[in-house]
Amino acid sequence: MTTQRKAVSLISGGLDSMLATKVIMEQGVHVEGINFFTGFCVEGHTHAIRKKDRAKPKRNNALWVAEQLGIKLHIVDVIEEYKEVLLNPKHGYGANMNPCLDCKAFMVRKAHEWIEAHGFDFIITGEVIGQRPMSQRKDTMPVVARESGAGDRLLRPLCAKLLPPTLPEREGWVDRERLYDFSGRTRKPQMALARKFGIEGYAQPAGGCCFLTDAAYSAKLVDLWQARGDREYELDDIMLLKVGRHVRPRPHFKLIVAREEGEVRFLEGYRNRFVSLRTTSHPGPLALVDGRLEEGDEALAAAIVARYSKGVRDSRVTVEVRQPDGESREIEVEPLSPERIPEGWHV
Amino acid sequence: MSDRQTLDARRLLCPMPVIRVQERVETMNPGEELEVICTDPGAANDVPAWCRINGHRVLSVEQGAEELRIVIRVGGGEGS
Repeated sequence: MTTQRKAVSLISGGLDSMLATKVIMEQGVHVEGINFFTGFCVEGHTHAIRKKDRAKPKRNNALWVAEQLGIKLHIVDVIEEYKEVLLNPKHGYGANMNPCLDCKAFMVRKAHEWIEAHGFDFIITGEVIGQRPMSQRKDTMPVVARESGAGDRLLRPLCAKLLPPTLPEREGWVDRERLYDFSGRTRKPQMALARKFGIEGYAQPAGGCCFLTDAAYSAKLVDLWQARGDREYELDDIMLLKVGRHVRPRPHFKLIVAREEGEVRFLEGYRNRFVSLRTTSHPGPLALVDGRLEEGDEALAAAIVARYSKGVRDSRVTVEVRQPDGESREIEVEPLSPERIPEGWHV
Repeated sequence: MSDRQTLDARRLLCPMPVIRVQERVETMNPGEELEVICTDPGAANDVPAWCRINGHRVLSVEQGAEELRIVIRVGGGEGS
């Protein structure tokens, strides 16, 4: 009797990992999915905050993929451990604050720890040579295998034929002839394979799966670190970077100004941790103060918040300034006209 | 129901409610029930999807004005 071989597949929610998983399942291997949540994943989060995003389907694509494939999915919180990857990436960053190569090696290492703990035989990823400029190149594929500790228990079914045979292939757990030789940035082979498997409705994220590849997000993260003087962060910090308009009029504070109702509700949850401002004489947004207000700053902050209220063209707007302990008072300010808010204040 | 546990996942955004449910369910026995209280509307899809693929049963999903309450019965781990 042959042993039932078991693999864990890194499921991002995108098409490639879905196909890689399906290819191995077709060969009779038992596959379960694993998904790592770093805090920067595009999946989830802001879709629950902004009203315009609420209209879109709120599915988590990794869960959707697992359900379509009929496999279990283990979602693992790696927020704390991921800090070391982001703060000290051995291989540096990509175009923005994205440490893609270190990130991939980290995730494969976590998957390797998981298979050792759960008695699984190998790891699958949806990597394709040349698909990503940093982490998915022919010369970086062995780096991920080596630095993760997974070695030749790491199988990339979509490009395996372009790489040396791995343990599952050599041992005959999978048939190398039924694996693929995809390479480059084209998506055509994947789309053709999806058609062959009858897979429809898969997610096609425009900018990858991570906020760190986004220039605007990365700029906000760097600004936060610079303002604080250190690079420590908590999950709340990185979530707040995804919400609202960030305006830094002074080095020692910035305002996070809600852009719509969903963001107001979200920021309300932080009012007991931050000084907050909102206009009371006119409809307007809620804003949090991240940092400290020095003399004269309160009026400046209020004038900026008033600028984003319905009273922007009026001469006086009343703004409530609320302390985290609930104590509040009202001040009257002249809204700062849009022209008087320098571009450089927008983070 | 005396053996029903409660998990407060309010203010957590997806996928954190799912992760917290997963961690709690790992400590529970088949047949036990867990009531999850969330505020992220995404949890209304994600928690039941996670339950379906991992072999747990969703007994009810109750959407209030501010909160969402999902009651789960832990299965035997025979999902998918």
